[in-house]
Amino acid sequence: MTDNILAPEAIPAYPTGSWLHRYANPGRFLRLAQPALPWLAAFSIILTVIGIVWGYVFAPADWEQGNAARIMYVHVPAAWVSMAGYAALAVCSFFSIVWRHPLADLAAEEIGPVGAGFTFVCLISGALWGKPMWGAYWVWDARLTSVLVLFFLYLGHIALIRAFDNREHGYRAAAILALVGAVNLPIIVFSVQWWNTLHQGNTISFSGGSKIYVTMLYPLLIASVGFYMCFLTLVTARLCSAIMERKTRALLLAAAERGA
Amino acid sequence: MNLTPFIDGSYGITVLFLVGIFGLTYVRYRSAVKRLAAVEKRP
Repeated sequence: MTDNILAPEAIPAYPTGSWLHRYANPGRFLRLAQPALPWLAAFSIILTVIGIVWGYVFAPADWEQGNAARIMYVHVPAAWVSMAGYAALAVCSFFSIVWRHPLADLAAEEIGPVGAGFTFVCLISGALWGKPMWGAYWVWDARLTSVLVLFFLYLGHIALIRAFDNREHGYRAAAILALVGAVNLPIIVFSVQWWNTLHQGNTISFSGGSKIYVTMLYPLLIASVGFYMCFLTLVTARLCSAIMERKTRALLLAAAERGA
Repeated sequence: MNLTPFIDGSYGITVLFLVGIFGLTYVRYRSAVKRLAAVEKRP
């Protein structure tokens, strides 16, 4: 069924005709996403380069941590994107299980490796910050451990999709794993409040009371928006590629059947 | 303690990851576009 997802008969007829289901059509998604891709890529690269260069070169050193605080400009955005990516994975899995949204399984499959990559960057940059600050690359702290669990959840999702001969079974199993694993997200966010952790508490609060000065906040926010845009660009490009690969396969299969 | 290797390492890993994944994604995307165009051109 997934090999011909672009065929009109493969698109379920939804009685509501809501906007959500309108864009369940992979062909329609492709027509919308492909023209937007160069713009997404350009904005994401520009914002990420500005954020990274600002943080690495121009942002002031922290009064307590010194230049080690510069690691924050890659570590924090990577951590935020890794959690947002998993939330997106869980939402796609929900759509897949409840509505059998044709794009949801594909999106979940493409989010997995990108999210795992950002989580890896978060873990490595965190370890490189931990050594000079704590004297250890790794401690079994609640925040660090829950992010490591997030990384394993991403890897499990990637593996589970490919673990069955029938890809549909893999999608179902991986979707259930993604939904169950979503319980880890609030654990990551609140771990620094619920437990006495070595990892510092939340520095930025969207409800006011951020403990960071604007000269450090601006590059951090720009790098974060850049990383989010990178994630969006990468997932959109990978999703477009997956749709085109399936369409190619479906056309080749149809041609082979005609020739047989 | 000399902090430079830790800072450079963090930024290096991040830039390598971003350049690598953008490169791989671009190659896959171009390949998918080309293969689909070639198959659609077939009689």
